[in-house]
Amino acid sequence: MRTIIYIIQKEFLQIFRDKFMGKAIFAIPIIQMVILVYAATFEIKHIDLLVVDRDGSSASTELINKFRGSTFFTVHKKQLTENEIKAVLDEGTVDLAMVIPQKFEASIHRDQNAKVQFLIDAVNGTAGELALAYCRATVMSYSKELLIEELGFTQGVVQAIKISSRYWFNPNMNYKIFMAPGILAILITVIAWFMTGMNLVKEKESGTIEQLNVSPIQKYQFILGKLIPFLIIGLFDLSFGLVLAKLLYNVPFVGSLSTLFLFTLIYLFAILGIGLFISTISNTQQQVLFVSFFFVMIFVLMSGLFTPVENMPRWGQVINWFNPLAYCSRVIRMVLLKGSNIHDIRFEMLIMFIYGIVTNTLAVWRYRKTS
Amino acid sequence: MIIAENISKSYQENQALKSVSFNINDGELFGFIGPDGAGKTSLFRIIASLLLPDCGSLKVFDYDVVKQYREIRQITGYMPGRFSLYTDLSVEENLDFFASVFGTTLKENYELIKDIYIQIEPFKDRLAGKLSGGMKQKLALSCALIHRPRILILDEPTTGVDAVSRKEFWELLDGLKARGITIIVSTPYMDEALLCDRVALIQEGNILSVDSPGNIIKNYNKKVYSIGSDNNYRLLTDLRAYPTVLHAFAFGQYLHYTDSNPELNINDLGTYLESRNHSNISLQVIEPGIEDIFIDLMETVKVN
Repeated sequence: MRTIIYIIQKEFLQIFRDKFMGKAIFAIPIIQMVILVYAATFEIKHIDLLVVDRDGSSASTELINKFRGSTFFTVHKKQLTENEIKAVLDEGTVDLAMVIPQKFEASIHRDQNAKVQFLIDAVNGTAGELALAYCRATVMSYSKELLIEELGFTQGVVQAIKISSRYWFNPNMNYKIFMAPGILAILITVIAWFMTGMNLVKEKESGTIEQLNVSPIQKYQFILGKLIPFLIIGLFDLSFGLVLAKLLYNVPFVGSLSTLFLFTLIYLFAILGIGLFISTISNTQQQVLFVSFFFVMIFVLMSGLFTPVENMPRWGQVINWFNPLAYCSRVIRMVLLKGSNIHDIRFEMLIMFIYGIVTNTLAVWRYRKTS
Repeated sequence: MIIAENISKSYQENQALKSVSFNINDGELFGFIGPDGAGKTSLFRIIASLLLPDCGSLKVFDYDVVKQYREIRQITGYMPGRFSLYTDLSVEENLDFFASVFGTTLKENYELIKDIYIQIEPFKDRLAGKLSGGMKQKLALSCALIHRPRILILDEPTTGVDAVSRKEFWELLDGLKARGITIIVSTPYMDEALLCDRVALIQEGNILSVDSPGNIIKNYNKKVYSIGSDNNYRLLTDLRAYPTVLHAFAFGQYLHYTDSNPELNINDLGTYLESRNHSNISLQVIEPGIEDIFIDLMETVKVN
């Protein structure tokens, strides 16, 4: 036990003496929480809309004014041919184009179907989809007004069924409240994983591991001595990130923090095991970086942070059973936003516990004092 | 007592140690002399229980290196050839750390390492990475000694160290030997062989001879000639072309020459050199030094 404490002491001494690492522990959470939460958004705040009005009637002007009135759209009105519109979209100077055909107004008055055409730059599919949804909503609202004003429908008829929605656990659909816990999950994962991974292999590179190997230190003491410092740093960064989430985004802490910390402890145990295992099978820091980067990338993208796991194909969901980050981001959101308790997350806790046992056993098994 | 019997070790194609056997007595300062790649480091790593031999047995104070590695690690101090302490920890922190992993303290063993540590103590707050080469060696030696090992394994401790520090280092080893610590040291410098109680010449994974430096010199029966002239480079080429040459090599400002014929007439050699237009020829028989003998042994092995 005393030996483990000496190793931990030594690790902290080295971490805080390292000009980069010592600062990174504080800097990474700040940067990630400040920048990524804002950057990783699906909200569209600004759409450049090209309007080609071939009708030039009062009805078409009214429709255009609807778009002008919206905060989302910046309307650029131009008379362009079909091919010119295509060219402008190709250039990417506008996000989408609306073409109002001739006889638009006439069609309305003749009770015919009046049509408008939207051409959308869908290079970014999600953004395109959202832009169209905004357009659709704007046109719909114009069309409702028409029904009332021109055709004399009453308000009640037009809105026979009114959908009123309420978003549970995030009433204002504030994406920051949704993103912040997810970014927090990435944060502690990356810090714990990379720091342990690089640490052990650094001892191999510098040859210091030879000196430890000739000492009577036992394998489990060594592994624990390497694990605990980063467990502490991981938990520290979780607290630090939570404070930032509260201060910057006022993320609600609906559930109990002790539940969250208990889960994170188990989760970090699993992540550190992965980091240690990778470094026991690697000989250089480059190897650790490459292998870790590969897995972290997959884990992050498949974790459900950015895209719902339910939308993935079946095989993708099966792969995700082995993705610790998927469990972590889910649990952090559940506890913080929904107020889930230990009983609700018992399944995730059990899986992470098994995960940790497996990875750490592999690490102890692969770490050889004798070659 | 260290007893090695038929130790072999291979890395893929390359056989680093070929059935090596030797004994090292308690309290002995035992040297392994040999060129780079001779197998010294592999052998030392096996003795330090860091490497498993492919076959053969090695016992350190009756402990088997494979089965009783735990006991061996308690009584062994190992100093690898490459500096392998924490460069980002200070001198004192390194010592404290290695003392603590062996379950002891600097204070408890201060008396043992005092002679060495006193030289680096003024720099005890300096990071180990910022020490000079000689200082690093002294720190590494202190760390290897911190738990009072009975046997000290030093892998090329003086490689890359200046001549003065090398001399100091060997004096420190003498002091440790006087305390009864068995010391195994390897070196590529043949002059250091004279400072050992016994030496083993090792080359290409074989031990060529094991004896005290005095006996090795005494038992050597070939004549060594020291030859010089105005043009030593041409002289070397000509000597190597002499019909009965065994080997010739540059040694300081003279050449050392050995002949395969024990009854060589020195005048014949002189006449030959004159016929090759050498001027200012000096030619004399000298007492063979340990280096002459090692080179002879190595050359002989190569030829076979």
